[in-house]
Amino acid sequence: MSKYKLLLIAFMVASLAGCASQDIPDPDPTDTTMGSEDGANTDGMSGSGLGEGEAIDYDPSQGELTNVIYFEFDSSELRSDDADIVSRHAMQLANNSGISVRLEGHADERGSREYNIGLGERRAQTVRRMLLIQGVSVAQISTVSFGEERPAAFGNDEDSWSQNRRVEIKYTD
Amino acid sequence: MHRYLIVICLFSMFSTDIAQAELDIVITGGIKRRPIAVVPFGWEGNSQDTPSDVAEIISNNLTRSGRFAPIAEDDMLQKPTSGVGMDFGDWSILGVEAVVVGSVTQTGENTYDVQFQLFDVFGRDQLVGYRMPASRGTMRRVAHRASDMIYEKLTGIKGVFDTKVAYVTAEQRGDGQLYSLYVADQDGENEFKIMEDDEPIMSPAWSPDSRRIAYVSFDGNHSSIRVQTLRTGNFIKVSEKPGINGAPAFSPDGRQLVLTLGGVDGNLDIYVVDINSREIIRRLTTHRAIDTEGSWSPDGRYIYFTSDRSGGPQIYRVSASGGTPERVTFEGSYNARPRLSPDGKKLAMVHLDRGNYRIAVMDVERKDLLVLSAGRQDESPSFAPNSDTLIYATRPGRNGVLESVTADGLIRQRLASGQGDVREPVWSPFQRF
Repeated sequence: MSKYKLLLIAFMVASLAGCASQDIPDPDPTDTTMGSEDGANTDGMSGSGLGEGEAIDYDPSQGELTNVIYFEFDSSELRSDDADIVSRHAMQLANNSGISVRLEGHADERGSREYNIGLGERRAQTVRRMLLIQGVSVAQISTVSFGEERPAAFGNDEDSWSQNRRVEIKYTD
Repeated sequence: MHRYLIVICLFSMFSTDIAQAELDIVITGGIKRRPIAVVPFGWEGNSQDTPSDVAEIISNNLTRSGRFAPIAEDDMLQKPTSGVGMDFGDWSILGVEAVVVGSVTQTGENTYDVQFQLFDVFGRDQLVGYRMPASRGTMRRVAHRASDMIYEKLTGIKGVFDTKVAYVTAEQRGDGQLYSLYVADQDGENEFKIMEDDEPIMSPAWSPDSRRIAYVSFDGNHSSIRVQTLRTGNFIKVSEKPGINGAPAFSPDGRQLVLTLGGVDGNLDIYVVDINSREIIRRLTTHRAIDTEGSWSPDGRYIYFTSDRSGGPQIYRVSASGGTPERVTFEGSYNARPRLSPDGKKLAMVHLDRGNYRIAVMDVERKDLLVLSAGRQDESPSFAPNSDTLIYATRPGRNGVLESVTADGLIRQRLASGQGDVREPVWSPFQRF
């Protein structure tokens, strides 16, 4: 993997620091001060100041970038925060034509099942169009709509429904 | 009501080792039920009991119709097994309108004669009498046929006791769900799983000859439409195009499916596909809105479908040979999943009724809409082949259950289930012997 890409990912990760809750690994292999400020165990690193460090593999499927985009009731429009997230996925994909995604569209349980397949597909297509506009190739994207058939939450209330109106971005290599 | 529940409980106890009944029935609303007597049948044969209790099956069927209240055996002043010596006076004292008597006679190792007669107590006359051959394997079905004849004589409505229902269930399995497609007798007996998958199964549809079921599979995270033959369990993939393959329904001649294809760009439209050649014969819609849930009118002239081209989902119809779609529903902001009654007179749909998704029926000629169900999330209406009753799914809690309702809305009953989330019931056509 080129240094450019590593830096790019580093940038993306850093820019997400504000919204992601997980610890963010420092992608710079020469920086060994990571974690020492809070008194964590830094055996083998703390003495001389410069350790050997470790390269970080790029694994798009478990990055800090969220893979789930949520939608309002009866809507297939992206919220502005989510547009940024989709853009970051677009960047990953556009810069690496060897990877591909399956966009899985979902709907909440209300209404007719096959019509909900249509609503889920509409959401998946919204994300697909965003990716295509930003340079991802057609061959990298497939879509499937599960409608209301695969809920993420099972309650009969808005809390559950809002978790079910979503598109899941799944990296498939 | 209490008496009825006791009957069902006893019945379940007896039937557990014969068949696992997933669907039990509780009547939730109704009209005045007509008192009737189904006298225990006589038995002549070389074992203790008949293979199936024909009188009990008939009695349960009539009870579940919601139109009849069979009296308890203890209240009967006489228990004749044929019309010979029938004392109509005794029955009229009990206020019974009609009496069913009969017997089962063994005629060979696995051959029986089932005989029944229906009498009108006021008219003091036989309304119908019939003798039918049966085996141990067919006796339940013969009892359903007898029930159909009795029901039709007494109500003028064709009975649907000798029909089946297909439905889908979902159960939690590990961190996913197990989806199953079942076929059962309409009373919940003889339940048979015809497919299971850890990817969703949806939209089952009967062929007009009841021998095949079309449905949507998501095997391999991609939708496809299968047509499965019930007798063999073999299926063919009729449609496996990129994007959505959904909402199959058979043509009245059983040779074609109307279905929904989305393509890579996800524009859902209605197509007609030949089942044998798997070729697209016709594209019926081209609008960029969602067009889906196509179904044939029984005369084969129209395809009714759901479209949100006006903003929200409404029902439209288009000539089966193509043309300009015309809008059919105007009442309310959400009408979807159209299904015409087999007599072509009523159109069932999912209708948003003051915040609740409910089953409604529209009179095709008069255009007036009648809401039939009372849940919050009711879906998948399917007519019985007599056009008099519908089955649908409702969701009182986390799990879906099935309910049936008469097309006039007067008799509604719940078919409770023990296994997971039950959905998408579809009533079979009339069975052929």
